[in-house]
Amino acid sequence: MSGTEVRDIADILRSHPFVAGLDDEIVKLVAGCAHNVVFPAGHYLLREGEEATHFHLLRHGSVALEMHVPGRGTLTFQTLGEGELLGANWLVPPYRWYYDARAVTLVRALEFDASCLREKCEADHHVGYEMMKRFLVPMVERLQVARLQVAHLFDEQRYASGS
Amino acid sequence: MRPVAESSVKSSALSNKAVIAERAPAAPVPTNATSMTPTFLRIAERVQETADVVTLELAVPSEHEAAFRHRPGQFDMLYVFGVGEVPISISGDATRHDRVTHTVRAVGPVSTALTKLGTGDVVGVRGPFGNPWPLDAARGADVLVIAGGIGLMPLRPVILHLLRNRGQFGRVSLLYGAKRRDDLLFRDELSDWRRHPDLEVRVALNEADRDWTGDVGFVTQLLPKVGVAPADTVAFLCGPEIMIRATGRALVDIGMSARHVHASMERNMKCALGTCGHCQLGPLFICRDGPVFSFDRIDPLMSIREL
Repeated sequence: MSGTEVRDIADILRSHPFVAGLDDEIVKLVAGCAHNVVFPAGHYLLREGEEATHFHLLRHGSVALEMHVPGRGTLTFQTLGEGELLGANWLVPPYRWYYDARAVTLVRALEFDASCLREKCEADHHVGYEMMKRFLVPMVERLQVARLQVAHLFDEQRYASGS
Repeated sequence: MRPVAESSVKSSALSNKAVIAERAPAAPVPTNATSMTPTFLRIAERVQETADVVTLELAVPSEHEAAFRHRPGQFDMLYVFGVGEVPISISGDATRHDRVTHTVRAVGPVSTALTKLGTGDVVGVRGPFGNPWPLDAARGADVLVIAGGIGLMPLRPVILHLLRNRGQFGRVSLLYGAKRRDDLLFRDELSDWRRHPDLEVRVALNEADRDWTGDVGFVTQLLPKVGVAPADTVAFLCGPEIMIRATGRALVDIGMSARHVHASMERNMKCALGTCGHCQLGPLFICRDGPVFSFDRIDPLMSIREL
């Protein structure tokens, strides 16, 4: 990637909420692992079982996270949109996706090469820590949401008598 | 509560909009707080909302109209002869006095029996009971209406009130979470509300098929999408208790005062008169002290497993 291209990507990255508060030198460093992508509606950004070679910071559009459930078909369990992070499986071995991600609308995103970013995080642990802090926030939030979903949230209480 | 004249609304140091000030006590709330005798009302209209949810519109004869006047948030006890009696939120337009509307989900024997009744059948009704949503206190503020599942039922009168009095409120948003698309209530009205220029509506399903192009997840994930001005917002919540707990805390986490978050609570209710104690939540009787509470009162109690 040329210096001009990296500068352009860094400019785009600076406007994404994921890097809010991040040192600009680190923004420029991680921008070197990214490029701008556009996906049409219906395109799969990642598929279950494939190697997690990249992740995305969504800039525009909506992405449905799906799983195929035998007997029930394809189930959407979450949607992500502008300003959100898609994909954390690249962080932990075996670096594999456990769901599909389908563009519901036209999607614009910054696509990051996972091995490139892992190398930079290993080479400079301060960079790694800043990245991990930013990944953990949506992961913790989504874990809580998943717990609420699993709790069959909308099953009504069944009173002991009379109702 | 310290009474303050309605005209003395303060300006926030952080915002040009007025903060929610304490207001003079509202007019007395209509209630049939001592009634143990049901009145017989006939079902004038029945609407099948979903596979297990039915809306029953009961005709109120003119001689009973005064007794059944109610405010958004109140409930009635509905009696199915030979089966039993259950508390059901009033889900209809509070300004209409010749009808009282309830939306019922078939859960146990009484509610199931209610959903099987048809036009012309008679239901025993006691009420109205409970305290209403503090809509007067929300005047001048942005309003967040957040419903989970059948929690939309007691919030529907709120939405109707807000739309009828739109100029008295700031931004109005409805965040509605349901398990699946088939569980969405009041679908025709929901479509109308989505098209309303002064009402922002976002719906999140717990799970969806590929045809659904809206949000999937939990209702709190919709908060960043509508934007909330914490100092200028009042929220009304209803849904499963775990949803109220999670949503109330999420609102407090983004800077809202727990006193400006209000939730309609449900517990096993029998007499509706504050006598039997079945609906107690610690020191509170849901039927008598609620069902609408500010979140600062109920949050500590909801964390106590024994309650």
